[in-house]
Amino acid sequence: MPRTLFHKVWDAHTVGTLPDGRTQLFVGLHLVHEVTSPQAFAALDELGLPVAYPQCTVATVDHIVPTDDTARPLKDPLAEAMLAALERNTAKHGIAFHAAGQDHQGIVHIIGPELGLTQPGMTVACGDSHTSTHGAFGAIALGIGTSQVRDVLATQTIALEPLRVRRVEISGALGPGVYAKDVALHVIRTLGVNGGVGFAYEFAGDVVDAMSMEERMTLCNMSIEGGARVGYVNPDDTTFAFLRGRPHAPQGEDWEAAVTWWRSLASDADAVYDDVVHLDGSAIAPTVTWGINPGQALGIDEPIPSADDVPAADRGTWQEALAHMSLQPGVPLAGTRVDVAFIGSCTNGRLSDLRAVAAAVKGHKVAPGVKALVVPGSWEVAREAEAEGIAQVLQEAGFEWRKPGCSMCLAMNPDKLVGDQLCASSSNRNFKGRQGSATGRTVLMSPVMVAAAAVTGQVADARQVFGLQGGAA
Amino acid sequence: MTQPFAPIPRLVGTAVHVPGDDIDTDRIIPARYMKVVTFDGLGAHAFHDERFTADGGSKGHPLDDPRHAGASVLLSGRNFGCGSSREHAPQALLRFGIKGILATSFAEIFFGNCTTLGIVCARVDEATIRALADLVHVDPQAQVTIDVEGEVVRVGAQAWPAQIPASAREAFLTGRYDPLATLQARADAVRATAAKLPYLGWR
Repeated sequence: MPRTLFHKVWDAHTVGTLPDGRTQLFVGLHLVHEVTSPQAFAALDELGLPVAYPQCTVATVDHIVPTDDTARPLKDPLAEAMLAALERNTAKHGIAFHAAGQDHQGIVHIIGPELGLTQPGMTVACGDSHTSTHGAFGAIALGIGTSQVRDVLATQTIALEPLRVRRVEISGALGPGVYAKDVALHVIRTLGVNGGVGFAYEFAGDVVDAMSMEERMTLCNMSIEGGARVGYVNPDDTTFAFLRGRPHAPQGEDWEAAVTWWRSLASDADAVYDDVVHLDGSAIAPTVTWGINPGQALGIDEPIPSADDVPAADRGTWQEALAHMSLQPGVPLAGTRVDVAFIGSCTNGRLSDLRAVAAAVKGHKVAPGVKALVVPGSWEVAREAEAEGIAQVLQEAGFEWRKPGCSMCLAMNPDKLVGDQLCASSSNRNFKGRQGSATGRTVLMSPVMVAAAAVTGQVADARQVFGLQGGAA
Repeated sequence: MTQPFAPIPRLVGTAVHVPGDDIDTDRIIPARYMKVVTFDGLGAHAFHDERFTADGGSKGHPLDDPRHAGASVLLSGRNFGCGSSREHAPQALLRFGIKGILATSFAEIFFGNCTTLGIVCARVDEATIRALADLVHVDPQAQVTIDVEGEVVRVGAQAWPAQIPASAREAFLTGRYDPLATLQARADAVRATAAKLPYLGWR
């Protein structure tokens, strides 16, 4: 019987069915960071349990690390305590730990793929909702709560309700100045912030086939913003080329066996889906959010919706969003003054993001009064960007070049908005208070659009600012 | 091995209405309060930025309305608990005293986190939320019953249908909503599953 990748991988990892009907699912790769794990390790200690499969867990520190001064002890005693707890817990249980400032430390969703830890056909879990990122490789990758982190540590399994599968087919080709981030925002805007609840999203179609692995990661990363806990892309030659030679990728004979297995996991051509959605990639414009959830998004040429454009059920949130953002309905967002420009995060902190930004901003300067920072997603990204001269181009343009971490995406570190500052951000969430100030305002967009905002001091169409070929007149 | 907890066939308590759709977990517990290594003390910061001004003054949030002090049932809108997977959000609500949530829909990770902690999340329709909100506004001491077994919400003689997914319902009724003991009991089957996965041998 033809099956989807989701069903093949799910079945291979199914230990059994629990009395309540949920599946006991084996977790092939467990990623750990400092925020959602200390209580799980404490629970384990309390129960006197060992870590069942320490070789299947890899840890790093990302949320709380400062992106400027990382000297120990960290200046923030709360952050230092969290980092120290992770060091203690990983050492005690024999878990690999990529420590701050070393080798492969970075945002957990960037180092997993970078190290070749993330592979097709795996189940990947992490106490972090953006674990969906790893689905780009054809894995079932999902965010879990801290009690489930405890479950994985103690048993290498979790109890989970099976998901339905929705194929999101994006046809055509993206125009100049339109990136994976725009596709992600377009999907969420179209299907809704809760449209994906209960579903795994299978991203497919010409646009997805043509994407690099880093672009696929950006797309899968934001599945959760559309309510889908899991998003994935079927593995193909692009996937295998990315993985080949990475530190934890299979080598030699294992590599050949792996590629054969990986190919067999892709959804069968005649697989049946619970739902199929078609989107036209050619029609996607550079997309920005205007509100307080990622579904409140629009093409840069479109006006902010007026009351008449909003279904009655969404009007409360619409009103709340306009009030929080201090924006007027019926006018475009372009031209709105920007205080901060942030490029980084597990969504858009990879080398290809920084390359695109550097190519665009060469010869431009950050506008006076704008605080602009670029935070590479990992030390490997940082090293490569420095070697390629990207860091230098960005610094010459007036961007601060920081050390790797989650930075201003969620403000658990010193990088925060102040007061009602408006931030053009390449991150993933524009929730009220997300960037560290209760009255702070976030406008989500692609890294190149953030660069356009940085150099003009306002929300702007990057196609015009940087003369990207074929851009709107 | 952990023991099963007490079954939760029903929940009875007073209720408080926190209106809004798409209430995200950043709002339920702002990230700056997650710089902790235990969940203790999170209750004080539940919905912090919605409840308090920058200098600590009260914004008059429903959770701080003295008429609703001690409420254990929270009423809200669509897609409650969306965003971050942080278990700190349900932990904060639980420590604030919330043991049950009625909303028109829930985000998936939040729902699962709540179930594991024994917080009953039940879906009701919008009209039910409106009716319950009006009711507890008039009579804050009204006892709201979430009947897990019967999938119904009751106040006095009035009743509204509620939905609890079969697995969560079963978990509450048997007291096995924290699955650790059940998962642990199958270590041999786990080993057998692991042995069949080709990639564990490739590292």
